[in-house]
Amino acid sequence: MNNNGKIISSNGTEMFSPPSNTLLPTRDAGKVPVLDVRGLGIDFGGLRAVDDFTITVGPTEIAGLIGPNGAGKTTVFNLLTNVYKPTRGAILLDGKSTSGKTVDQVNKMGIARTFQNIRLFNKMTVLDNVRVGLHNHTDCNFAESFLRLPAYFKAERKSSEKAMELLSIFDMENEAYTLAGNLPYGAQRRLEIIRALATSPKLLLLDEPAAGMNPSETAALMESIRKIRDTFHIAILLIEHDMNLVMNVCEGIAVLNFGKIIAKGSPEQIKSNEAVIEAYLGHHDEEEE
Amino acid sequence: MEKKLKNLKFNKSDAITLGILVAIFGFFFVMVFTGAASNQMKSMIIPISYNIILAISLNLMVGFLGELSLGHAAFMSVGAYTGAFFSVKLVEAFPGLPIWVYFPLAMLVGGIAAAIAGIIIAIPALRLRGDYLAILTLAFGEIIRNIITNMPILGAAIGFDTGSITPKIAKAQTLLPFAAAAVLITTILILNFVRSKHGRAITAIRDNRIAAEASGINVKFYRMSVFAISAFFAGIAGVMYSHSQTLLKASTFDYNMSIEILVIVVLGGMGNMSGSVIASIIMYMLPEILRDFDSYRMLIYSVLLIGIMLFTSAPKLKNFREKFTFDNIKGIVIDRLKKSKKGGTKNE
Repeated sequence: MNNNGKIISSNGTEMFSPPSNTLLPTRDAGKVPVLDVRGLGIDFGGLRAVDDFTITVGPTEIAGLIGPNGAGKTTVFNLLTNVYKPTRGAILLDGKSTSGKTVDQVNKMGIARTFQNIRLFNKMTVLDNVRVGLHNHTDCNFAESFLRLPAYFKAERKSSEKAMELLSIFDMENEAYTLAGNLPYGAQRRLEIIRALATSPKLLLLDEPAAGMNPSETAALMESIRKIRDTFHIAILLIEHDMNLVMNVCEGIAVLNFGKIIAKGSPEQIKSNEAVIEAYLGHHDEEEE
Repeated sequence: MEKKLKNLKFNKSDAITLGILVAIFGFFFVMVFTGAASNQMKSMIIPISYNIILAISLNLMVGFLGELSLGHAAFMSVGAYTGAFFSVKLVEAFPGLPIWVYFPLAMLVGGIAAAIAGIIIAIPALRLRGDYLAILTLAFGEIIRNIITNMPILGAAIGFDTGSITPKIAKAQTLLPFAAAAVLITTILILNFVRSKHGRAITAIRDNRIAAEASGINVKFYRMSVFAISAFFAGIAGVMYSHSQTLLKASTFDYNMSIEILVIVVLGGMGNMSGSVIASIIMYMLPEILRDFDSYRMLIYSVLLIGIMLFTSAPKLKNFREKFTFDNIKGIVIDRLKKSKKGGTKNE
């Protein structure tokens, strides 16, 4: 069944076994998973928006989170970044719990994200957007900035160089001084990813990176996602509706419906999973009647 | 790649801001110390100076952090009273103390007191945003004013006598160097701050708070810092005010004054420091110039304000003006020259 070469997971057959270690790629087997989520859940009033969400993401895995509209995918991202406080469950990043941390502290711990509706700093230049991402890696305190001490110039130069380097990886160095708000759509999406990468995350969360892209842009995005993993050696968890992208890029996939994981596995396993097909296409027998 | 990095030490718009300030104060120095300045002009120097400081510090809050504050006069009053009280007590203890000793010290003390007030107001303000925050700062301004009015030690409603610390003769000559230094130092410090990673963080919070937070920026910390920094410099402006008056009245620092400072910032352009500088001069000089119109003065003043606002901020006029920036004109001229050269070679 799993003939996709590298992505056979060590224990991929145990698809529904509750706690962790469900579907790490072989090269990540034996390592501490970068993300270990156990029984995560949140209630909005009486509504169980997300319930018993349990996944593991290996240190260099590209994982996907799919599901019909309103299934709770973005809510999961908001839980992972502590925008929402979970009602139940635990999130372990590299073995450390993120509970009680603020959003910016979670980012410092190593989770960076992009947003479904692009959130750039529109009135700042592309370069400065990336430099905001480098904020916690720029060494310059208040006094040094107020008085422009040598440390200020050193830090500023370092951060511009680093930002330029990141931009050039994604062929955006020519747009460095345009305002982010004036970029075309595809470039804005790319800039958001670069800004997230600038925070040196261990895990990158991409919320519908291909939304609104045409097929050739999506193809380029797939290349970029693999490139990010291979150059930065980080894990990526992405939400996406474009099945072509998900099936091609992701090594492990979790399917969410009504806030619950209905299936986990490799792309092949997901494609043939009854519950998934039902969630997306409806009941089999209804059509027959 | 390295060639593409812009020069970090030099920012064109900052250089313009500082250039304008140096030119203005150079002019003041020449006029005052050659004796060419009229009494009216002399009386305008200190108000213009503290207005510039107020506008620049409020611009940091409104233009860069993007939080509307209607309580800037309150921070100014905290600085004014603390600084004046400090100076009065100091002069009482050491009679004959020269102004260059107590004035800068008072600025520091007043600034710090105002910064503390800024931090105190920031604590509840951190929970609010936008309109609600504006109303909170407004209420805070009223509270401060009422507290001062009811403090006998600060003269209560009669006013606080600052006659002993205000220069009696040659006021403009004595205060001008301090005013010039305070304005220049304030501007340089705030500009430096804005062009650092902290300034980027603040602008990022303005543009998109959620994304800034997700990029690892401690939003609470920065909002509080900006409140403190902005209040600190407003306090310095207050000290400047109190050392140029013989009587401090709490009723001066009312809601109208906060609005006036806000008008300067909006008029000069949010996030535009040189705009703030120019607007504070225009806003102070306009009512003075319009004195000739007598009873129509405030009417003409208001109409002019509307006119300036339209001119600086109406989208169509903005587009129109953008066609005539220096770089565009330069580009057009160069294009013309190139074309005429090409035409010339063809003819040959």
